[in-house]
Amino acid sequence: MSEPIIRVENLYKNYGSVEALRGVSFSVEEGEVFGLLGPNGAGKTTTVEILEGLRTSDRGTALVCGLDPEKTGEQFKEIIGAVLQSTALPAKLRVKEALDLFANFYPQRADVEQLLRRFQLEEKRNTFYNELSGGQKQRLALAMALVNNPRVVFLDEPTAGLDPQVRREIYDIIEELRRSKKTVLITTHYIEEAERLCDRVAIVDHGRVIALGTPRELKQKSVGTTRLEVRLAKPVTNGTLGRLEGVSNCREFDGAYVLHSARPPQTIVALVKQLEAENNELQSLEMFSPSLEDVFIELTGRRLRE
Amino acid sequence: MGPLSRTWTLTKVRLLLATRNRAFFFFSLVMPVIFLVGAVVFIGRKTQWSGYILGAIVATTVMGSFWGLSVQLVSFREQGILRRFRIAPVGAGPMLASSIISNYFMALPVIFLEILVCRVALHMQNSGNLWAILVLATIGSATFSSLGLIVASVTNTMQETQMINNLIWMGFLFLGGATIPVGSFPRWLQRVSLFIPAQYLATGLQSAATWRATPSEIVEDVVALSVGLLVAFEMSRRLFRWEPEAKARPRAKLWVLAAFVPFLLFGTWENIRGGQLKRVTTNYQVLSRMTTQQMRDH
Repeated sequence: MSEPIIRVENLYKNYGSVEALRGVSFSVEEGEVFGLLGPNGAGKTTTVEILEGLRTSDRGTALVCGLDPEKTGEQFKEIIGAVLQSTALPAKLRVKEALDLFANFYPQRADVEQLLRRFQLEEKRNTFYNELSGGQKQRLALAMALVNNPRVVFLDEPTAGLDPQVRREIYDIIEELRRSKKTVLITTHYIEEAERLCDRVAIVDHGRVIALGTPRELKQKSVGTTRLEVRLAKPVTNGTLGRLEGVSNCREFDGAYVLHSARPPQTIVALVKQLEAENNELQSLEMFSPSLEDVFIELTGRRLRE
Repeated sequence: MGPLSRTWTLTKVRLLLATRNRAFFFFSLVMPVIFLVGAVVFIGRKTQWSGYILGAIVATTVMGSFWGLSVQLVSFREQGILRRFRIAPVGAGPMLASSIISNYFMALPVIFLEILVCRVALHMQNSGNLWAILVLATIGSATFSSLGLIVASVTNTMQETQMINNLIWMGFLFLGGATIPVGSFPRWLQRVSLFIPAQYLATGLQSAATWRATPSEIVEDVVALSVGLLVAFEMSRRLFRWEPEAKARPRAKLWVLAAFVPFLLFGTWENIRGGQLKRVTTNYQVLSRMTTQQMRDH
């Protein structure tokens, strides 16, 4: 078996008294789109920035293409591309100039004209950076990440703060990267992003990887295979609903009751009977197939964006 | 692609960005010329002081790189622009060198414009030794740029940068001879001025502009500024910070003082030797005598 292109073993990082990483381990194979999924502050960005060589770890191993990002400097930077979470370019730099500038730093360069076409920036080639919309800036950031034809691309929250349409455009670009067999490490707190784009996902919480596998594998591991979201006329105690047939987990969220059930039909029948007995009414009932969010809730007892 | 090539690529982009900055045109081009015209008109065109004023204005233009670069670097860091460059194979050396070189290329036409305005518009009798002015402007620009870059590296916010800049700038401007002639200072203040980097630049430029001093005649000023440049550049490279959240510790601010060590040594040496003080006081006395003579003749 070939050596993984990214290898992270027992990575630790503290910021003062805050433990950002507490033994993160995972590996990524060449050509894979790998996701780090977790809430804000889980340690995703710290992990990626250590892999990009922007931060140093306190302990552990981080290797990209067999190189240590902390020690190999320019040679390492020539083989990676990155979209950083918080970054900018000079306001009065035009789109084409930005791509040309960064292309000039590398011995191996992608065709800038082709990148402009691929990222739908042709019409904006002479536009100043400060005149671009959020989506256009992000497309430019992606194009710049590929300007050196990198072996590994790091995308740190590439769609954060973008509207759904722009987000879908970015998804298309990442899917294209997958088709072109680029290795991509993406961090996100969007479930749909991880499910749609990633070959494998590591769920990260409080500086630890708490689950790892393909989205399908992770969802199959979920014991509450179906999620029921119920709204009632009158409140009931959680305990009552949690004892219904087939229910493995019950919690109140945003005025609704969220039940995880392995046998949804039996749970629904039991719920209706229970409500009749309590002289309560069912206002709405929605059923969802298990998602990575359910896996996260099961593992942590919290929602991703709480 | 090596560091030299990366430095040149960055230099070209910085020059391009400067041409798109209206504030740069106003503060770097329009304002010095207004000051120059105002000063020469106020003091008189045909006195030897006009050469002295040209030297002072050129010195102020050269020293301006201290302000410009520190503010630009902090602004780039705060906006997260530097971290985007950090992910590319660009080291601190090319980043800093490109800002110094581009700043020099931007200052050069301003200096020539100042000389041109003196010669053509203000009919100044002489514009001094151009070679000596060029040598001092080149080294001085790099030295003061590097000092500015150190301030940028040891401060955490724009506000802090501007505060420290103002403190140092006041010393450069009023104790270095760029505004008030060092020769007119009381003796003890003249001795203090020998520790100010601006003194070597202003005195050298004024000697070149007023007395047509050749590069070999201003060699002490050139050496002081060159040593200061080497120390300041190396320190700014070592202290350089890419990340906005990587805060400088309060003790790091002491490095600003450390950058002045070469000038402390030169100042001590000159205080013992007395050559520099003799030069500034003699120049000042000769100019004053010539002005008095001119007034009597009229």
